[in-house]
Amino acid sequence: MSTPGTSTPGTSTPGTSTPGTSTKRSDPTEQRSSAFAALAVAIVKGFVRDKASVFFAIVFPLMFLVLFGGIFDVDESPRIELVQVGEVPLFAQLPDGAREAFEETFEVTREADLDEALALVRTGDADAAVRMDSDTLVAHYTQADQVKAAVTQGTLRAFVDGANIAVSGSPPRFAFASERVEDESLQAIQFVTPGLLGWAVAMSASFGAAATLQGWRNSKLLRRLQLAPVSPRTVVAARVLVTVLIALVQMAIFLGLGIVAFGLRLTGWWWVGVPLLVVGTLTFMSVGLLAGAVAKTQEGAVNLANFMVLPMAFLSGSFFPLEGAPSWLQVVSWGLPLRHLNEGMLDLMVRGQGPGSAVLPLAVLAGFALVLTVVAARLFRWDDA
Amino acid sequence: MTDAIEVLGLRKVYGDLVAVDDVSLTVRAGEMFGILGPNGAGKTTTLEMVEGLRQPDAGEARLLGEPTWPRNEALLPRIGVQLQSSAFFDLLTAREQIRTFAALYGVSSRRADDWLERVGLADKADTRSDRLSGGQLQRLAIACALVHEPEVVFLDEPTAGVDPQARRNLWDLLRGLNAEGRTLVLTTHYLDEAEALCDRVAIMDHGRVLKLDTPAALVRGLDAPVRIYAAPHEVTVEQARALPGVETVEDDGAAVVLTTHRPSEVLARLAELEALEGLQVRAATLEDVFLDLTGRAYRA
Repeated sequence: MSTPGTSTPGTSTPGTSTPGTSTKRSDPTEQRSSAFAALAVAIVKGFVRDKASVFFAIVFPLMFLVLFGGIFDVDESPRIELVQVGEVPLFAQLPDGAREAFEETFEVTREADLDEALALVRTGDADAAVRMDSDTLVAHYTQADQVKAAVTQGTLRAFVDGANIAVSGSPPRFAFASERVEDESLQAIQFVTPGLLGWAVAMSASFGAAATLQGWRNSKLLRRLQLAPVSPRTVVAARVLVTVLIALVQMAIFLGLGIVAFGLRLTGWWWVGVPLLVVGTLTFMSVGLLAGAVAKTQEGAVNLANFMVLPMAFLSGSFFPLEGAPSWLQVVSWGLPLRHLNEGMLDLMVRGQGPGSAVLPLAVLAGFALVLTVVAARLFRWDDA
Repeated sequence: MTDAIEVLGLRKVYGDLVAVDDVSLTVRAGEMFGILGPNGAGKTTTLEMVEGLRQPDAGEARLLGEPTWPRNEALLPRIGVQLQSSAFFDLLTAREQIRTFAALYGVSSRRADDWLERVGLADKADTRSDRLSGGQLQRLAIACALVHEPEVVFLDEPTAGVDPQARRNLWDLLRGLNAEGRTLVLTTHYLDEAEALCDRVAIMDHGRVLKLDTPAALVRGLDAPVRIYAAPHEVTVEQARALPGVETVEDDGAAVVLTTHRPSEVLARLAELEALEGLQVRAATLEDVFLDLTGRAYRA
């Protein structure tokens, strides 16, 4: 290894040719994209190597998901498929509470012909065929799945008994109450996943923007980049791209784990949640920009972003539903961007709403992003004076 | 020879503080130019206005014939900048840092690696920049500033926070860069550094350029006496006073200190007295120039 400054001029030694003439300047578009890619890669590496940022973006919110998903985690068995032949008044006359339980246990399809229904049972396409023989409920089943067969028989018998008591008019002496734990689990994971995902994205987007802005200002990297032939737009675009990619990775992990481990069921238009999440990412980047513009240190910037995001997560239903919350809190809640993100995601991902439900959240989030970015730009300083 | 930098009447005010006050100077192409002064003298602010990072409140800076404000993207590939404190990306290795900077200028990774070698960091290529020593970090910053082969290089306190040996290495590196024909402008608050490195030095204090010349001319212009330190047992105060050309004599306990403007004559006499053992001669330095200009001792 040569001592600095004493290296002999040679073909491989940089700087030996006339300054300013030796570097071949590539064409501007190519240079811009290579600068963009290099910046994006540098930011990704900075993120992945910072254990704290990975922890807060991915591991920490996942711990909540596992916690909430795990508390209520009970294996959910698929519904029993019944083929109904002809009219079964017993099913039609179920009282409300019983109907709910019935529908969660059985999936009923109709078949006009008994033989066809039996064929379905035989081939395993249905678990049992039911028909009324005057006042007797007859169930045809196979013993292929003994557990299911037993459950089918027992459950149907219970419904018949219940109906008998109801008909007799005398109040039942013994009552039976059941807490359907698996139903709550279903609701919990359904509810908790979009909300926690919203919080996770809000955290990583705002922390990332805040830490980058303040950290780069503090280290004078912003100044250094100002003196490189790259436009501020290229720098901002690289940071935005990385943050959006991180948000999409978060989404993939959350939904993947939710579906595989906790039985999360996404409804039809869930993928409209992707653009919604991207816009939400921009909104929380602007929250982070604000924090980064105001704070004096990198830690201060991240803390300030957290100070804004964490209470917002509570008030926006990321951790618990707000249905039972007092009305003043509801009002406050709808003034927060995260509430709109969470509700939009819930509507699309688990409530089975159409893409129209994303319009209002998208508009609100974009509005927040615009206003906050303008404010942050006003407060922007190139360096800590 | 053309001028690389022309600065005319630069001024920058922050509130009540006049950070830079009517600074004018020119830097010739190929020159190693130093801006010297204590902290808060306005060196960095001056440099940042010349680089085009700050808008001057008055005056103008031209770099390679073009104004630097507003931001002139065509000019940027021709200048290299090392800023005070380490302007690096978070958690990247030395190699990744310089390759990223290279990519910003459309320079290949191979040339970036060559520069890493040139500044003696090849064996630290895979070390994260936050784990480099002060001297290594400065060398990396200089390599990052030079990766696109700029004509004019700005170095803001390139040896700040560096141990003496690493400082000498950096001086060698800077001399080598200058020898290749690059114009180097550096700020420093080390008088010896300016004296050792720079072709010309602007001495700044309180936002003003007090004096601008070659270090030798600055010292000469001072007309300060040479100080000769003789060992006390070699010569007595009385003997020394009797020598022609000697202006003052005092015994500071460690040595008999003579001052003179005719050092060769005095030294010849001291040689006749066989009083050369342990003798030291100290010519005036920029330190004395600063003392003379400001009336206060130099403190970085």
